[in-house]
Amino acid sequence: MLAVSDPWIRWAWVRDHGDLIRSRVGEHLQLTVITVALGLVIAIPLGVACFRWKRLYPPVLGVAGVIYTIPSLALLAFLIPITGLTKTTSIIPLVSYTLLILVRNVVAGLQSVPEEVRESATGMGYSPARRLLQIELPLAVPAIMAGVRITTVTTIGLVTVTSLIGQGGLGQLILDGLYRDFRTPLVVGTGLAIALSAAADVGFLGLEKLLTPWAKARR
Amino acid sequence: MSFLADVVHFLTTSAHWWGTEGILHRSQDHLLMSAAALVTAMVIALPLGLVLGHTGRGGFVAINLSNLGRAVPSFAIIVLMASIVGIGAEPAYVALVALAVPPMVTNAYTAIRGVDDEVKESATGMGLTGLQVLRRVEVPMGLPLIMAGVRTSGVQVVATATLAALVGWGGLGRYIVDGIATRNFVSVFVGALLVAALSLATEAGLAALQRAVVPRGLVVAPEID
Repeated sequence: MLAVSDPWIRWAWVRDHGDLIRSRVGEHLQLTVITVALGLVIAIPLGVACFRWKRLYPPVLGVAGVIYTIPSLALLAFLIPITGLTKTTSIIPLVSYTLLILVRNVVAGLQSVPEEVRESATGMGYSPARRLLQIELPLAVPAIMAGVRITTVTTIGLVTVTSLIGQGGLGQLILDGLYRDFRTPLVVGTGLAIALSAAADVGFLGLEKLLTPWAKARR
Repeated sequence: MSFLADVVHFLTTSAHWWGTEGILHRSQDHLLMSAAALVTAMVIALPLGLVLGHTGRGGFVAINLSNLGRAVPSFAIIVLMASIVGIGAEPAYVALVALAVPPMVTNAYTAIRGVDDEVKESATGMGLTGLQVLRRVEVPMGLPLIMAGVRTSGVQVVATATLAALVGWGGLGRYIVDGIATRNFVSVFVGALLVAALSLATEAGLAALQRAVVPRGLVVAPEID
């Protein structure tokens, strides 16, 4: 299919298409940020609820696990008849995938709060809601951030697939390369997707350290 | 409701089940390709992970391999492979193997490393050689985690085989990819149903396999506080 003589990358093409590449990166980041943000908005209350009412946890994990098992292309395909070839169709599956890891990490984070700390807070007159917001959730941040880190990296990879329904992103460059028998966009798209994942991984590790200054003192 | 009626009609038309473009043939292709890729990956990954875990060397590589694997989109691997070896079954096979190796290496390595030092020392003290320790102590004790890796990879392989339709190979992904291309959303939906069912069945099947091969004394009850 692809001509053997085609070099892996033609820098002239890259120079001429700077704007296109930048906008693809922008679209990719936009979808990723929306996905992880929505995932957190759903997963934090859900995780808190699962922590409060323990009986809720197994069924929630079960459902999230089943969704997680369904391939991305299939989940996208389920929604196409309902929401069409739109951004909504790409965001719903992406958000659904984040839930398993995020909910699990929120619950693990809350479980990691020592009982003495909870009791002290109650003894100091904290109401349950205030204790949750000011003591328990901040202490759960390392676990939650670890979940955010994993889901962000995974989402960056999955967003390449949503390009199939024409929502842009780096997958669009990969598809262009495939359809036009042209390696340069394919290599650029793949390389940038990997670079974004790596940057997100390292960036979140740093952010985690910044958000939990007490962790360093304890170590 | 007419959409769902169309889906039911598609699934109840026997012509859609038989022949080389039928559901049965494509399901079989999908499963055979996935099984071949998974078995190949096991042959590569498990010995590597076990040896690394046993000797305690290369831990950095073993752990970070799966991080790297997560960062490289599987979609990109398939397309890249297609651009190297051409379209068809080969790029799909190579990409699926490449995808399945990292989680199994990492899990096998972690499994062996996680075996208690005291247990290993007792085994050595009883006169077992290094290979015997690995075979009779470390592998059985690490089996739950090792199998978890196989399960993760297996489910991922079946899921990703769907994308192979993009590079001209068959399998159940054809219904989705062709459906999107021709705006035939009934075909897209049917493909999604079949792929989802196959993935869930794979997950259940590999979970059953895991239960069957893990020694009974090592089964840990799922953690629910």
